[in-house]
Amino acid sequence: MSAVIEEIQDDHHDHKPTGLGRWLFSTNHKDIGTMYLWFSFTMLFVGGSLALIIRAELFQPGLQFVEPEFFNQLTTLHGLIMVFGVIMPAFVGLANWMVPLMIGAPDMALPRMNNLSFWLLVAAFSLLLASLAMSLMGMGSAPNFGWTFYAPLSTTYGPDSTDYFIFSVHLMGISSIMGAINIIATIINMRAPGMTYMKMPIFIWTWFITAYLLIAVMPILAGVVTMMLTDRNFGTSFFDAAGGGDPVLFQHIFWFFGHPEVYIMILPAFGIISQIVPAFSRKKLFGYTSMVYATSSIAFLSFIVWAHHMFTTGMPVATELFFMYATMLIAVPTGVKVFNWVSTMWQGSLTFETPMLFAIAFIFMFTIGGFTGLMLSIVPADFQYHDTYFVVAHFHYVLVTGALYAIFAAIYFWIPKWTGNMYDEGLGKLHFWVSTVSVNVLFFPMHFVGLAGMPRRIPDYNMQFAEFNAIASVGAFVFGFAQLILLYNVVKTIRGRSTEKATDQVWENAEGLEWTLPSPAPFHSFTTPPTVK
Amino acid sequence: MSSSTDHNVYFIPEPSKLPIIATIALATTAIGAVTSIHAGQINLILPAGFLMIAFMFFSWFGTVINESMSDSYNAQVDKSFRIGMLWFIFSEVMFFAAFFGALFYARTIAVEWLGGASNNAMTHELLWPAFEAVWPVMTNPDNAKFVAPTEVIPAFGLPAINTAILLASSVTVTIAHHALRAGNRKPLILWLAATVVLGIIFLFLQAEEYIHAYTELGLTMGSGIYGSTFFLLTGFHGFHVTMGTIMLFVMLIRAIKDHFTPDKHFAFEAVAWYWHFVDVVWLGLFIFVYWL
Repeated sequence: MSAVIEEIQDDHHDHKPTGLGRWLFSTNHKDIGTMYLWFSFTMLFVGGSLALIIRAELFQPGLQFVEPEFFNQLTTLHGLIMVFGVIMPAFVGLANWMVPLMIGAPDMALPRMNNLSFWLLVAAFSLLLASLAMSLMGMGSAPNFGWTFYAPLSTTYGPDSTDYFIFSVHLMGISSIMGAINIIATIINMRAPGMTYMKMPIFIWTWFITAYLLIAVMPILAGVVTMMLTDRNFGTSFFDAAGGGDPVLFQHIFWFFGHPEVYIMILPAFGIISQIVPAFSRKKLFGYTSMVYATSSIAFLSFIVWAHHMFTTGMPVATELFFMYATMLIAVPTGVKVFNWVSTMWQGSLTFETPMLFAIAFIFMFTIGGFTGLMLSIVPADFQYHDTYFVVAHFHYVLVTGALYAIFAAIYFWIPKWTGNMYDEGLGKLHFWVSTVSVNVLFFPMHFVGLAGMPRRIPDYNMQFAEFNAIASVGAFVFGFAQLILLYNVVKTIRGRSTEKATDQVWENAEGLEWTLPSPAPFHSFTTPPTVK
Repeated sequence: MSSSTDHNVYFIPEPSKLPIIATIALATTAIGAVTSIHAGQINLILPAGFLMIAFMFFSWFGTVINESMSDSYNAQVDKSFRIGMLWFIFSEVMFFAAFFGALFYARTIAVEWLGGASNNAMTHELLWPAFEAVWPVMTNPDNAKFVAPTEVIPAFGLPAINTAILLASSVTVTIAHHALRAGNRKPLILWLAATVVLGIIFLFLQAEEYIHAYTELGLTMGSGIYGSTFFLLTGFHGFHVTMGTIMLFVMLIRAIKDHFTPDKHFAFEAVAWYWHFVDVVWLGLFIFVYWL
């Protein structure tokens, strides 16, 4: 035991600080992780509600419930909330909880900055959601230009709330950068003695690489919204051809951020799946080293593929070819990962608890999203698919059945360690099966309407798309309400009155330092570093 | 014991009010900025936000300095701070990269294409047939909406002098660092003070240049893509020099108060790194904004 930890932690070493102050002033990685996860869960229901209004409107052709202007605000805020308010905070929350546990540290390296990262995110979303509230009260429009906020929709034609949106993005950016710096400092500096880089759990590796991506591209996002701000208010002409600028410049800068951002939302998911699949296959992860290199390759490639989002902007053919081939190249390291997961399961002694079910569903459905991505990377084909529901289907397969499913898997996998109680396996399986059936009813038909030419982000559509849209809407409502099963299960597990106590090991064959700690894990994870052989 | 390199010794700060203060300060500033922009004049919320930010920095760094002076930190904390500062500077590099990227794109693609290059003959013909693709852009495509400058600032005048000043300041801060490591306080204070003065001179000259550009050359933020990239790049750089000068000034006060020892002075090093970074960005600006 250290002198320092006793000196400074004396007053609350074994008993946690209480009341609101415990959360507002926290320097504890678990409390901050918990706040991130609840924030993300809350936003999932907010963003999900917006999606359900969209699906209700699209249940039939014609205009039923909302004005086209408000429909634009719905698609915009749904995207922004799900990307910046659900997926990213959930992964940061998981990193906060699990990084110190998995590397054998007492806490994150920079605990006060950690808390600032969280509360800045709350401030950012307060600004953003305030504009939605104002819009609902009839006081001006919320951001209505799509989550990609292309100029000139967001500059020349953006509503007043755009300026709030810009500063909201600035705050999110500061939050993400500080969070990423914290994770990097923790991983470099706080690993238990003996845990060399190539002995780190894969979840740590994927977050390590994700954190670098965040630090590299969040400032680019800050730069592009700053240009928007000055174009809107201070007379600059970055995105106005009349002054020698170019609206397409916006898209280049945005997607230079945006494509690595896509991998920011999937690499930690890869890490989670790489922890869960071996545990329930009762085997070591197949190809650990190749997983590390594959993750690094994907991260590198993410910086040189951005213009595949812009094939229809009229770039020179040579440019389009370069971005097409570079994009296709990503399939190689991604394929390495998928084959490694499958090989891990091969001849394993498999059981199918809820985390494993979500992990297997991830492998299967993420791969569907990957294949449609490959289709979209083909330039002449993309001219047809661009801005149709095929794209919507593609990125919902990677983000919902990919990233979100991995988050679900992680929650079921680690919640016994967090709370000390086992979740209700029956409810977990119910959540899985209802979600998995409904999510495919929801998103699979979008491939068909997309290939047939239905454009995205439009509140009305041609009669020919009616059946598939009605089916998708039914799937949407079932999927949306199925998440209440998860909420109920999580609350029940935390309260722990009618659940089994979890053992320290929790899962029979799970490996890693987190399973050597008691369940629930103590307030300060490792006060003396464990040794890793 | 507490400055041991042994990983058995961990430092975890107590619960702190600073992050919440910082959040409120930044959110207030954001709201103040937007309301001021919308009203067309600066309201009270914005300066209130700035004051809160200043207060937050003062308390936060005050806390850290107190912890450091009372020897609460060990080698591990020191390393975490170093990693944090390095990657913070990297994020700043990427922020400038966005604006340099915009400059390069505008110069080699946007302006050229508006002039009919690549396969854009019809774009040129149909949009602004009179537009000529030259850099700096002296007549904008729509010169009534965005009035182009009459002249731009030549590299080998004030900017060259500023380059010399910043390069000299990087040298002086390094000499100060060597003095610190040798334990010579007097030269440390002297050379550090010289660095601060050079920073202030740079900012003064930069302000001169801006006034000249606005009042005599018609070079403004609104004078098309040249003015846009010019002012955002040099403006953000100037802002960083301002922050760097304040940071150096704080280090000067701390040097006078004898806070640093030859082997424990991370704050000084962090500020020196930051200053070198600001210097390197300026070299990029001098070459690509003023010179080429």
